[in-house]
Amino acid sequence: MSTNNKFMAWIDERFPATKTWEEHLAKYYAPKNFNFWYFFGSLAMLVLVNQILTGIWLAMNYKPDATLAFASVQYIMRDVQWGWLIRYMHSVGASAFFIVVYLHMFRGLMYGSYRKPRELLWIIGVIIYLAMMATAFFGYLLPWGQMSYWGAQVIVNLFSAVPFVGEHLSVWVRGDYVISDVTLNRFFAFHFALPFILAALVFVHIVALHKVGSNNPDGIEIKKNKDANGIPLDGIPFHPYYTVKDIVGVVGFLIIFAAVIFFAPGMGGFFLEHPNFDPANPLKTPPHIAPVWYFTPFYAILRAIPPMFTSKFPGVLVMFGSIAMFFILPWLDRSPVKSIRYKGPLFKIAIAIFTISFIILGYLGTQEPSVGRTWLARILTILYYAFFLLMPWYSKIDKTKPVPERVTE
Amino acid sequence: MSTEGVDKGRRRFLTAATSVVGGVGTVYVLTPFVLSMEPSARAQAAGAPVEADVSKLEPGQMMTVAWRGKPVWLVRRTKKNLADLPSNDHLLVDPKSTVPQQPPYCKNEYRSRKPEYLVLVGICTHLGCVPGYRPDVAPADIGAYWKGGFLCPCHGSRFDLAGRVFQGSPAPINLEVPPYKYLSDTRITIGDDKGAA
Repeated sequence: MSTNNKFMAWIDERFPATKTWEEHLAKYYAPKNFNFWYFFGSLAMLVLVNQILTGIWLAMNYKPDATLAFASVQYIMRDVQWGWLIRYMHSVGASAFFIVVYLHMFRGLMYGSYRKPRELLWIIGVIIYLAMMATAFFGYLLPWGQMSYWGAQVIVNLFSAVPFVGEHLSVWVRGDYVISDVTLNRFFAFHFALPFILAALVFVHIVALHKVGSNNPDGIEIKKNKDANGIPLDGIPFHPYYTVKDIVGVVGFLIIFAAVIFFAPGMGGFFLEHPNFDPANPLKTPPHIAPVWYFTPFYAILRAIPPMFTSKFPGVLVMFGSIAMFFILPWLDRSPVKSIRYKGPLFKIAIAIFTISFIILGYLGTQEPSVGRTWLARILTILYYAFFLLMPWYSKIDKTKPVPERVTE
Repeated sequence: MSTEGVDKGRRRFLTAATSVVGGVGTVYVLTPFVLSMEPSARAQAAGAPVEADVSKLEPGQMMTVAWRGKPVWLVRRTKKNLADLPSNDHLLVDPKSTVPQQPPYCKNEYRSRKPEYLVLVGICTHLGCVPGYRPDVAPADIGAYWKGGFLCPCHGSRFDLAGRVFQGSPAPINLEVPPYKYLSDTRITIGDDKGAA
């Protein structure tokens, strides 16, 4: 035995290093027909690492104090060596995280990755998405600009809509009667802690994935066709095949990511909103407030619902309900096939309408409300819900194509 | 391990009892974590009453003071403003102020102690933005019915010059009138109404 082998043997007797490596990389067999849609899972992990690293470096100079926060961000931008780059990596990274995760989720929708036996894998993913939204929300208050302040004010007030306990609940979240220094301080604590919980959830997500195995663009279970050694005929080891393939995705992503960081870090007001260049003023709301783009579809849904019985709770309920739909999705799809490739025209029309509704709702959420826009948002909200709630019906009667035994090229 | 002679029922009972007692203890330990997120003594003290002097307000003007960190508006309404108020009634959600968004002494058609001076918490009852003061009559962006009031920039909630919400606004109820009292003809204490006539 070589020294190297002896060393590994010594480790393996004490820690399952080789076993873990083989189980999750070298002998984890993934379907051989992954396309570019399969980049976004590993890219999401890359962006999470970027957020945690740049976040820790920002925390070295940031001050979570209402009188100092805004100026400390300016200090990072102007005086801290390379602070501007680290901050832009973080702020652009937040938007990149959502872009990558939305594409990752869309991939799941298209290829039926939420279907049995991957229901729990999908649900863990939705929990990750919720944790991401919470982290982004806490983080957005920290620059203590006008949009930070009033965005937080609006979202914390969503809790006050809960019947009976709501008013007290929102005071409890803020720790004060309005968003104040107290709120900023605790949001910083949460914003710092949550990414580590997020990382733990990603770990659970991957454990669940490696238990059930990856889905693929054909929506076929590769474990059904194994060779004499029990290795799936349509499977290839994740390492080196997909580690190398994912690096290609990483290079492509980093080119775009760097281009945005260096040439358009604010993305014309979409990644960094203009009113946030004004320090927070608790006595004056900016003339038009909107959340960052990744929340706007849900914000548009919230605004679309009129108050009922002198309560704004219905709007809040419909908004959270639109996210809750993802949790029940695995049981809504009654189609005999998983992938869009073999699904019929009804599903294709439904997913197209859903995607367009989501995008237009996102646009409406960035715009000032008007009568016409509110009505459009109401129609799109219905279409958004229809995609989920009518799925048991249209997925059942849809005309599907026969699924091949083995994955296609 | 041998399980011979083990009283399983007794073991199950002891395990369950220990778990319940331990669970209760864990819930008690949550107390400091949950309650420490409530407003601190300092934040509560900042809720002390504030005084405002309205003597410099001209008819139609508004001033803002901070109370508990919230903006409180003081508006000196004109005779015409006051005369216009009843004409909004058919457009409002709660023209008679039945929802207790005001102290009992302000549950009247002007929602104030003295008709001329309106005192309101300037926080929209929808999601907490600060509405803008729009005293202009029939502006193009609101509509011909408008006789002055407040327009929320966030979601377009509309309130009249008594803080009453218009139908079709996302805000469900009227703006809040804080407790207040007059110290003299033009000096007002906000946040305290004890001992007032």
